[in-house]
Amino acid sequence: MAEFRLPKNSRVGKGTNHPAQQGGNTRKFNIYRWNPDDGNNPRVDTYEVNLDECGPMVLDALIKIKNEIDPSLTFRRSCREGICGSCAMNIDGTNTLACTKGIDEVKGEVAIYPLPHMEVVKDLVPDLTNFYAQYASIQPWMQTETPVPSGRERLQSQEDRAKLDGLYECILCACCSTSCPSYWWNGDRYLGPAVLLQAYRWLIDSRDEAAGERLDNLEDPFRLYRCHTIMNCAKTCPKGLNPAKAIAEIKKMMVERKVA
Amino acid sequence: MSLKTPLGRVRGLGSAKDGTEHFWIQRVTAIALVPLVIWFIAKVIALTGADYMTARAAVADPLFAVPLLLLIGTGFYHLKLGMQVVIEDYVSNDALKIPALLLNTFFCAGVGILSAFAVLQISFGG
Repeated sequence: MAEFRLPKNSRVGKGTNHPAQQGGNTRKFNIYRWNPDDGNNPRVDTYEVNLDECGPMVLDALIKIKNEIDPSLTFRRSCREGICGSCAMNIDGTNTLACTKGIDEVKGEVAIYPLPHMEVVKDLVPDLTNFYAQYASIQPWMQTETPVPSGRERLQSQEDRAKLDGLYECILCACCSTSCPSYWWNGDRYLGPAVLLQAYRWLIDSRDEAAGERLDNLEDPFRLYRCHTIMNCAKTCPKGLNPAKAIAEIKKMMVERKVA
Repeated sequence: MSLKTPLGRVRGLGSAKDGTEHFWIQRVTAIALVPLVIWFIAKVIALTGADYMTARAAVADPLFAVPLLLLIGTGFYHLKLGMQVVIEDYVSNDALKIPALLLNTFFCAGVGILSAFAVLQISFGG
């Protein structure tokens, strides 16, 4: 059965409060903490950060907390400009990138949790092994029978290139997939919005010659058809993309080759 | 504990190469149900306050009975498809899922045929 309550050892308790050293323009950050090594349940620690001495983004606050208050706080980050997708987490109830989410966009205390419904490695670090394997399963590379033209690249018209807009920008941060209830309940079999958007990116690429095989691989009650157009994916995408639309386009292709 | 690779787990038993028909028929029945349900509600409202014999005579009319049979067939088929998805979504334990899916099919077929039989019986004056 889909589980609607957290298992006993995952229920979140109250953690430590780290008040600000001196006053000023402070803001409270309530951050999910879990350490696999201490055997304790997860907890929420509170850190008070002086915003006058902190960069504007939530990631700036996390780095400040790690540097100055609690070096044990664990999270992923890399590019700090919304292109690597490492710092995807649940901030103020919405999956997004900590590096592009302004602290001023959140009213009151800032709640920070790892991406929902994923196994947690530690603190804000989710285990994305299954997500990456799902991505690998759609063979995200160009597949062709026609040999490479000699001395030049494979050509694509401007109109065909334009079809990749809104798809190529996906950075695979997993915000959308982990916001999707269908992915929560059936993430082992449903590919999820991010991977399906990537699948569509290759289906619609005019240079790719494996559309039929790609559709064969996706045509499955669970892999594709668990999408019930809930639209959380499009709502949460920090890059403003619309995975639900990409999935609908795949379904249209399926119908086109079968019925229409 | 399994040492199967993540990709091996994701590929699993492969694609079922199925699901499009389910998706398509669910939509076709949904579209068919729009006029059928509106028609049915209108007819029921029109029969408000009518006595048993009047209602019975109305159902016996082929122009009433045929759309009603269509509504029953389409409706229960749509119900079966929809419930199936709900069960597949929320029940992941096979020991529960398979009986639930069977029960869904049996219920929709049973109650659907029973309803259709009732209409036919009235129509043919049984």
